[in-house]
Amino acid sequence: MGVVVAGALNPSNVRSRRAWDVAAAVPDPEIPVVTLADLGILRGVECNDDGAVIARVTPTYSGCPATRLIEQMVLEALKRDGFENVRVESVMSPAWTTDWITAEGREKLRAFGIAPPVKSSNSIRALFGETAVNCPLCDSGDTERISEFGSTPCKALYRCRTCLEPFDYFKCL
Amino acid sequence: MSDDLFRYVLRLADDHLVLGQRLGEWCGQAPSLEEDLALANIGLDCLGQARALYTYAGKVEGKGRDEDALAFLRPEREYCNALLVEQANRDFAWAIARQFYFSAFMLPFWRAMAKSGDDDLRAIAAKAEKEVAYHLRHSAEWVIRLGDGTEESRRRMIEALEELFIYTGELFEMDDVALAMVSEGVGVDASDLLDEWRRTVDGVLAEAHLEAPDAAYAQTGGRAGRHTEHLGHLLSELQYMQRAYPGLEW
Repeated sequence: MGVVVAGALNPSNVRSRRAWDVAAAVPDPEIPVVTLADLGILRGVECNDDGAVIARVTPTYSGCPATRLIEQMVLEALKRDGFENVRVESVMSPAWTTDWITAEGREKLRAFGIAPPVKSSNSIRALFGETAVNCPLCDSGDTERISEFGSTPCKALYRCRTCLEPFDYFKCL
Repeated sequence: MSDDLFRYVLRLADDHLVLGQRLGEWCGQAPSLEEDLALANIGLDCLGQARALYTYAGKVEGKGRDEDALAFLRPEREYCNALLVEQANRDFAWAIARQFYFSAFMLPFWRAMAKSGDDDLRAIAAKAEKEVAYHLRHSAEWVIRLGDGTEESRRRMIEALEELFIYTGELFEMDDVALAMVSEGVGVDASDLLDEWRRTVDGVLAEAHLEAPDAAYAQTGGRAGRHTEHLGHLLSELQYMQRAYPGLEW
């Protein structure tokens, strides 16, 4: 996703790769077990010839309060790493989808106790289409939704009928 | 063209800010913790959509007004939201009925807008469409639960659905601004969405064993700045800080 081109002898390519790695490792402020790269919300990092670094991030939900904080964290991480002329841009299009969460990101979510999104998001959702969500703790498929909206905009609240534990589900978007 | 576009985007922004504010009023007051979270989350989605729309409207207008100037410094008569979204939170059924009618409209609206010839509106729509699918499911489930629930919940659900119904016609109204935007390939022909909206509403009400309301006439005027008495009160709270301390930041 970053502007990483073969023939990395060009110094601006080396810088781009470095800047990408730094921004990619920034943790999500609300779910710190996953990074921005894991979530697929870091869309690109570019180094211009004049030394400017531009990182592009996309919001998960229109009103996600973490969006501003994430931009700030990327800015600070790059500055901490010695990049000086840094800018963070927010890109709306194409809209973020949970399909962009990496396989590694999904596994990290599950290990943290958050069920990752189950199906591809682009199908037009049936009004009452129920999704079968497996419990991230005991892997039982016998679960029920308690609330469509959880502690953050991206999560719903579920309960496992087998181990009886409540858990968060990362909604498909 | 750019004046029509400004007004068109502003209407959408006003719809979402006003509804977001109404939903935010439930924070700490909803009937259960889960509903408190749900209504606040839906409100947050509306607020996020409003912010993107105001920012774009300000850019189109080109007079240097940003999202805050448009939200906090316009008087009631310059607000052009639909009357439906400004209606007060009389009780929980009222909030659910308002959300249900509105989301059942916005879902096909954003879906159509996602094919707009305007890049910014298309981007905002693609995101909002997915969010609204959840809003519709949430409110539809409550219409069924309350409508098919106890005698009291049923009575309140029917009352809210019936009393708010007269404000739904305005959503489908096409005035000169909206028609100009459709002919530019930018806007959505809202009158085309009526059938789908009616099917959604009738389907959910049938599941709730409720009769679909009908209205002899539609109460309109919001798009031209003629509001019900509720909007002024809402704005006085929403705009208080910037009116009392202009330019305040924190």
